[in-house]
Amino acid sequence: MNADTPTTPERPAPSPPSPRAAAARRVASGALRWLFTLALTLAGLLVVTFVIGRKVPIDPVLAVVGDRASASAYAAARAQLGLDRPLAVQFLLYARDVLHGNLGLSLLTSNPVLDDIRRVFPATLELATLSTLIGVVVGVPLGVIAAARHNRWIDHVARFVGLIGSSVPVFWLGLMGLLLFYARLHWVAGPGRIDPLYDGMVDTHTGSLLIDSLIAREWDVFFNALSHIALPAAILGYYSVAYLSRMTRSFMLDQLNQEYITTARAKGVPERRVIWVHAFGNIAVPLVTVVALSYSYLLEGSVLTEIVFAWPGIGSYLTGALLNADMNAVLGSTLVIGATFIALNLLTDALYRVLDPRVR
Amino acid sequence: MHRPAASVPPLHDDDRDDDDRASTTRRRRCRDWLLTDSPTSRAQAVLGSAYRRWTRFASNPLSMFGLGILVLLVVAAALGPLVAPHDPLQQVLPERLMPPGSPSHWFGTDQLGRDILSRLIYGSRLTLSIAILVVVIVVPIGLLIGTVAGFFGGWTDVVLMRVTDIALAFPKIVLALAFAAALGPGVINAVVAISITAWPAYARLARAETLRYVNADFIHAARLQGASRPRLLLRYIVPLCASSVVVRATLDMAGIVLTVAGLGFLGLGAQPPSPEWGYMVASGRNVLLDAWWVATIPGIAILLVSLAFNLLGDGLRDVFDPRHGD
Repeated sequence: MNADTPTTPERPAPSPPSPRAAAARRVASGALRWLFTLALTLAGLLVVTFVIGRKVPIDPVLAVVGDRASASAYAAARAQLGLDRPLAVQFLLYARDVLHGNLGLSLLTSNPVLDDIRRVFPATLELATLSTLIGVVVGVPLGVIAAARHNRWIDHVARFVGLIGSSVPVFWLGLMGLLLFYARLHWVAGPGRIDPLYDGMVDTHTGSLLIDSLIAREWDVFFNALSHIALPAAILGYYSVAYLSRMTRSFMLDQLNQEYITTARAKGVPERRVIWVHAFGNIAVPLVTVVALSYSYLLEGSVLTEIVFAWPGIGSYLTGALLNADMNAVLGSTLVIGATFIALNLLTDALYRVLDPRVR
Repeated sequence: MHRPAASVPPLHDDDRDDDDRASTTRRRRCRDWLLTDSPTSRAQAVLGSAYRRWTRFASNPLSMFGLGILVLLVVAAALGPLVAPHDPLQQVLPERLMPPGSPSHWFGTDQLGRDILSRLIYGSRLTLSIAILVVVIVVPIGLLIGTVAGFFGGWTDVVLMRVTDIALAFPKIVLALAFAAALGPGVINAVVAISITAWPAYARLARAETLRYVNADFIHAARLQGASRPRLLLRYIVPLCASSVVVRATLDMAGIVLTVAGLGFLGLGAQPPSPEWGYMVASGRNVLLDAWWVATIPGIAILLVSLAFNLLGDGLRDVFDPRHGD
């Protein structure tokens, strides 16, 4: 942040301080506090993954030396792993490793965990992004219309969608989707990200198969990938629709009950303009933050969805590691998902403060 | 339930008719006593407000639907062995994969010939007890942290709320998965894993409620009368937080039921052969195309119970906290 240069203490303090300098100082201190919160929360996450790592009933030394090793070989390996040091030192060593991007080796793939995650994370991002798009395109207008037609049939539809969205288990909905749209109706392709035939046909630029195949103008690949992603994205998108329509509806209802809306209507502003310009304009800021939140929920919710659809993302990677007691991979994925989640959450918070002048 | 006289079929002898009229007037008098605007005793006031809340709650058919499902669930769980038509673990291989509607298996059987209805009934005990255990563990912890932070303020507040905020920013499902993996699969570990990620919301809520009351006149009055701080906290503040915490906990149960099922689906919850609903869905996955009901029916059960908690929670919120109603 170079915005705070005018207010550094070396300079003689201008008297009285200009409003612009005061504002700059406020922004700088806000940014500092935000960074502090981010660092503290990430450190908290690190403590949790460290504790989980120590809680595992598997002896990591035995995993290295095998159960027939002599006592001295065992002790040597233990010292080499740093397990003979005090717990606080072990934590600091762990933190140093993580900050250097060293998440250890995966037992299952015998690759560095970070490389594995780098390979699988784009698939998750692609799925979550498409689902959020569906959520915004369907959920926001649904919420607005439901609020404008309060207690009419479309409002009941929106409330039903929201209610089911917070009650239905995602893994079950995914299975039902596969049963209906893949097995019975043949509308979409089955589990996986792409048919083996097309696998590796396009170069990776963005990590998103849809965009990469568009860049390469490989239409077969594009439509195959689209037919694979359609169902999981629709299922996950449904949760986003449910959440976003519920939030949009309640924001809009708040606005539509206020006096400026009555004033606008009394002045003769057309109803469509009252709703989409006057009221909607005022919910845009909270809505942006809610969309960002829903994106972070989808990143997390993709774990169970990915298993059902054999989607090769971080959720499948994490659960594969879980079931094989591959603790480095489990903790690495937890850390990456957690850090993304936390960063998105706090970014949302910051965005809200920047966009809404009343919170400043 | 009060029924209008018109819908009661006419009875033949006059004695009965008189009895009916007498009971109607008695019922009306009872109602008047409950709804009076000048109660003469504490009990009357308490019962009266409870009755008003109940009529408000009962006027919403969706809330009553949720309550009905949950009552059914509790009865099924309590009476398990009495109402279940079969042993949930007994494998009858000649009767495998019988479709729903079969004479002795209303919901069909799974690939080992076990009766799905009986497994659902026994599974309701697992689901219900896990959800209740989580709430019983989490609510007191959250209440304690939140009320203490709000009541004492200062550094206590800063430290406790900082920890709460950090925990609140964690991804719940992923952490529950990691905890469950580290602790090993099992019911108790699933409870612990979910509890560890569920308490911060209650701490936040309890703190907000505490701040609403901490400077109220009646608190000051009690303090001047010499009430100690623990007494103020436990006898004055905590009871006032109760209604919003109950609403929140009911709504949370919906999410907990889903998380439990998710852990079970991954094999991290109750271990086979115990009839956990999420695990039942997972095992039905292998025969999804030939026998859709094995995965579908337990999923519907999960959906219904989660829906019921959501509906009940919405209904309770409308009753206890009309500010947030629609």
